[in-house]
Amino acid sequence: MSMMGTRVVRTEDHKLITVGGSYVDDLREPDLDGAVHAMFVRSPVAHARVTAIDSREAARAPGVVAVLTAADLDLDPPGGDHAEPWLAGDAVRYVGQPVALVLTERRYQLADAAELVDVDYDPLPAVIDLDDALAGTTLLFPGTDSNVAKTHGKPFDESAFDGCEVVVTRRIVNQRVAPAPLEVRGAACAWGADGRLTMWLSTQNPQLARDAIAGGLGLDPTAMRLIAPDVGGGFGAKIGADPDPVVLGWAARHVGRPVRWSETRSENLTAMTHGRGQQQTITIGGSRDGTVRAFGLDVVQDGGAYPRLGTTLLPGMTTLMATGTYRIPRVEAYSRSVLTTTTPTAAYRGAGRPEATAAIERAMDLFATEIGMDPAEVRRRNLIGPDEFPYQTPTGATYDTGEYAAALDRVLAAADYDGLRAEQTRRRAAGDPVVLGLGLASYVEITAGDAGGESGRMTVEPDGSVTAWTGSSPHGQGHATSFAMVLADQLGIPMERITVRHGDTDEVAKAVGTFGSRSLQLGGSAMRQAGDEVIEKARQLAAEAVEASVDDIELNTDDGAWQVRGAPSGAISWAQLAARAGDGALSADVWYSDAKPTFPFGAHLAVVEVDTGTGKVVLRRLIAVDDAGPVVNPLAFEGQRHGGLAQGAAQALLEEMTYDADGNPTTGTLADYEFISATELPDFELLDMATPTTLNPLGVKGIGEAATIGSTPAVQNAVVDALSHLGVRHVDMPAGPQRVWQAISDANRRV
Amino acid sequence: MRVTIEVNGRRTEEEVEDRTLLVHHLRDTLGLTATNIGCDTTSCGACTVLVDGESVKSCTVLAAQADGAAVTTVEGLAEGETLHPVQQAFQDHHGLQCGFCTPGMIMAAVSLLEANPRPTREDVRTGLEGNLCRCTGYHNIVDAVVAASGQEVPR
Repeated sequence: MSMMGTRVVRTEDHKLITVGGSYVDDLREPDLDGAVHAMFVRSPVAHARVTAIDSREAARAPGVVAVLTAADLDLDPPGGDHAEPWLAGDAVRYVGQPVALVLTERRYQLADAAELVDVDYDPLPAVIDLDDALAGTTLLFPGTDSNVAKTHGKPFDESAFDGCEVVVTRRIVNQRVAPAPLEVRGAACAWGADGRLTMWLSTQNPQLARDAIAGGLGLDPTAMRLIAPDVGGGFGAKIGADPDPVVLGWAARHVGRPVRWSETRSENLTAMTHGRGQQQTITIGGSRDGTVRAFGLDVVQDGGAYPRLGTTLLPGMTTLMATGTYRIPRVEAYSRSVLTTTTPTAAYRGAGRPEATAAIERAMDLFATEIGMDPAEVRRRNLIGPDEFPYQTPTGATYDTGEYAAALDRVLAAADYDGLRAEQTRRRAAGDPVVLGLGLASYVEITAGDAGGESGRMTVEPDGSVTAWTGSSPHGQGHATSFAMVLADQLGIPMERITVRHGDTDEVAKAVGTFGSRSLQLGGSAMRQAGDEVIEKARQLAAEAVEASVDDIELNTDDGAWQVRGAPSGAISWAQLAARAGDGALSADVWYSDAKPTFPFGAHLAVVEVDTGTGKVVLRRLIAVDDAGPVVNPLAFEGQRHGGLAQGAAQALLEEMTYDADGNPTTGTLADYEFISATELPDFELLDMATPTTLNPLGVKGIGEAATIGSTPAVQNAVVDALSHLGVRHVDMPAGPQRVWQAISDANRRV
Repeated sequence: MRVTIEVNGRRTEEEVEDRTLLVHHLRDTLGLTATNIGCDTTSCGACTVLVDGESVKSCTVLAAQADGAAVTTVEGLAEGETLHPVQQAFQDHHGLQCGFCTPGMIMAAVSLLEANPRPTREDVRTGLEGNLCRCTGYHNIVDAVVAASGQEVPR
């Protein structure tokens, strides 16, 4: 019987719960013997000219091996108009930017020495506010004429709303947040006697990281081996490599010793990329019967100090996905990515799609309120129907499959939506100070949006066990279990006998890796394709072995044996076949190139209570349909949904990276940053739905980010809904007590 | 200075710099790397261990303060091949993903169940408030702790 769709306990867990993972800082590899410890000296100011760096006193501190600055680096600087230097040379542009590298014999000597590095900063004006950045009064890069680093789409055409009976517009904020994986960034590296660099890096993409770091160091990628050991979460912020490991690799060569680096959490919160960071102007138009006829999304994306994925990828995803699950004939979507003197922004769980969904889902609620219609009903009237797929959106996406109304109805039924509305009305009528809010989100997102391929390799060993290599290197998702299930199902070999390896570029030279919820669709499909190739090779060999025609040979996946069709006696096992075939004969090494994006979807309902006296919001229920097609392992699938729901709720209610007017981070430690905890979340209510895609052999879509995309606006909409009877129409995220109390008190003043 | 600590039932005696944190002593001196460091403000709980049976964030205790004490880390929890009920429940209920918060989370859960052998789900949430997890959304961690207490987990 197939194990697909069954709750298989992860093979990864035993080590993690008994002796712990092998994260970068845990490595005790002999190659790292005698390693020096590294710490970056980071800018404490947002924007300044660096006029002098005096490292003489630091160099004399106990245990110091070297203090290295931009003047020491003999690497080619990155090019482009907004080049991000390896180490800051003449200017710094955000608090946290690396300025120098201190190397010491022992870990505890790092901070002592780093604080002795004397840097003269000649302050320049900070650019924090996005409108100021757009105005360009202060330019981050003097050679340019604007702080706008990239645009997506074309400027807004107001005529899109001509003829609309109702038009509502609103400026809203999708705030900057910290990805904050529990494991901060870390690396270790050593140059071999053969001149090759080996680096262990906490990354989602060993091969992309290798290419980036080798490129920075002026090496051919083959002169480098990059290993992702266990990785303690990434959420998009560990895609590829940051500039920091390039400096580490260079430093190891410079001092002729291995180097180890692990940042502190307070460094991490300002020096690892941030996510989101959009100011959006949403405009929605339609008729009083509930039909939406036009939608406008004008985005100002905060890119931070240097263009990374926040500048390039995020707003592209946001504008692409602007219309969500709705049939909206006219769409205007435009984005300007603007540089500010803050931490660069990049991917964070959803990377542009949560921002798109928040915009359209807030707009639907504003529209519903304006025409006096229930938000569920307005959505239902505009959802793309199941018979309209593949559906081409006005922004250029082609949705594969969907059952948007069914997802919405399932959530409404499970929640007892009508009963909740009645309770809301009852509380309002009774003057209960604790009011109830219901927030809906219907969402569609794009997974494997990069449409790149993925590698998969496998071999049946002479003992009948399988070793497989995936290019999709995980950071907590459980690929080793899920991919073993895919192969076990296909080959009829028990998954205990299947080992899935990943993360070492010497074992997997070409790969893309894990981001954008692409792994099962692409990495899993690559595994399936490799399995198919091995099955065809095995069929030939089995036919020869049992002296039958190839056409008469079948794989009995219940027994994991090859047989003449319908004749299990005389079957030949995988082990017998592999032994007969000889070393490595039953192998396949594939590149899954038929990679197309898919479009998971769902509906979420959040139920909140808001104390109108204090502004405190309590999230009571979160009910979710997240449809990503057939499920390989419900345990892992639900885990991804839980984590996604939590991160969406976290953005809606709690988390925000903030700066003061001078560009100093004000939430730069975990004591200040409101990282969501167990007490702030309810038990999640998950509903099942599985609509397959036709775009890959497994029929699957991605699930890594989906729940974050739905839950963020659902929770935000619930807060606004709770206060709608007071005249509140919008509350920006995070909807903390101060902001909610302010919204209530402003509304009361208006009355 | 010299510190003598019983770690996972084994007596250790080591010379350490005075300012050495217990977590660095465990990881760097004694080579017990399961206990992780997730922050520098005593906020995340990844470094939680038991000191004389009480859960403690080992990034906020000097090794010297644990002199003479008995310390238990996740490496000391299983009895040979038999997992501690909390470890077993974390695996069975998928209470971990990346695994980084897990050793600390498990030790905090062991301590919680010691104090409250039959906690409600709310008790578990409150008891683990000082242990942060970015992957699981806590739902399955709550399931795991409830299950480890011998109570039914609703599905």
